[in-house]
Amino acid sequence: MADFNFELVSPERLLLSERVSEVVIPATEGEMTVMANHAPTMTTIKPGVVTVKAADGKVSRYVVFGGFADILPTGCTLLAESAVPAEEVDRTLIEKRIEAAKLELDDIAHSDEQRTRVETFLTELTQLNGILVAF
Amino acid sequence: MPSLKDLKNRIASVKATQKITKAMKMVAAAKLRRAQEAAEAARPYSQRMSAVLSNIAQAVGSDDSAPRLMTGNGRDQTHLLVVCTAERGLCGGFNSQIARFARDHVRKLLAEGKTVKIICVGKKGFDILRREFASLIIERVDLREVKKIGFENADQIGKKIIGLFEKDEFDVCTLFYSEFKSVISQVPTTLQLIPAAAPVEAVADTGAIYEYEPDAGEILSDLIPRNISVQVFRALLENVAGEMGAKMSAMDNATRNAGEMINKLTLSYNRQRQAQITKELIEIISGAEAL
Repeated sequence: MADFNFELVSPERLLLSERVSEVVIPATEGEMTVMANHAPTMTTIKPGVVTVKAADGKVSRYVVFGGFADILPTGCTLLAESAVPAEEVDRTLIEKRIEAAKLELDDIAHSDEQRTRVETFLTELTQLNGILVAF
Repeated sequence: MPSLKDLKNRIASVKATQKITKAMKMVAAAKLRRAQEAAEAARPYSQRMSAVLSNIAQAVGSDDSAPRLMTGNGRDQTHLLVVCTAERGLCGGFNSQIARFARDHVRKLLAEGKTVKIICVGKKGFDILRREFASLIIERVDLREVKKIGFENADQIGKKIIGLFEKDEFDVCTLFYSEFKSVISQVPTTLQLIPAAAPVEAVADTGAIYEYEPDAGEILSDLIPRNISVQVFRALLENVAGEMGAKMSAMDNATRNAGEMINKLTLSYNRQRQAQITKELIEIISGAEAL
């Protein structure tokens, strides 16, 4: 199967750069699987799990918190706001984020638009937390 | 003329100072390496970010759908200056360079009749700017407790800036920091955050027509706040590297000066000791001769 170059970048460092055969990305409009020769796409991502299937068939998972992906036929770059290998993820960290989001929601000073955004973010985080419990 | 004992004490104290500056230099060198690594590691992200940004900006064009953060609100009356300096001193002219640069800028803006607001990141800049512009400083971000600057720190500052912009607190936002050129040279630099200066570098034309999901405008409005945080993050990292570089060369100079001082003091100590011995000898000899 054709493989392509996948890069996972967080603001702090380049986490991963290797040849992969397929990547599952939690895009905002639903999960999508990227394979070689994908049409050029740019999408934002929501908090979720990125599954990377390396060219040698090894599967690894990363938890990301929002960001966006730049997909080209020849490669895919995922710019994540924060990314951690799924094995190392600390659930308390996610719970802390959920708490922070809840606090922000209680802040009445926000406009409706902001509230919706925070609310969506909160649901996504809660979902993510649910997925991770199942691990 | 100081006595022998005084000289001895001074030599001892300069030696102790030299030991401290030497240790500080070594600590700064170690931290500099780490800071450089951190800055290096953060580079891919900001590079890709600006590539993607210019890509989308082209797609969206300059029509009205472009987010306000990018186009600005059409005025330039109130300026927000985010001045990033170090938390600690003893690093040569590093902090005062940035502060002076910012101060000149503030004076220029005030002379033009604009309103200026200042956010100070780092204690040293605040200390310097407070003397002259205490009333203009609206906020002060303290990173003293932070050992290693993470993206969250920058993100907080970025969110704060955006929050202020949404409340129409300012029209133009400029970031002041020191660009890390090399260990011995740090150049104070400005960077306009809002309205985001359109990335000028020629985009490597991938020839690809992107599909956007959700549409380009929406991605752009998600991207720009992120980009602001990334820029702040980059500035903070450059600052840390610059601070450590400046500290290293300042401490190197201090160590060298202390060495010179010790040499001089030792010389005059020896000379004086010799003079005393000679004097004693003369006394003994002339005493013997008198008998």
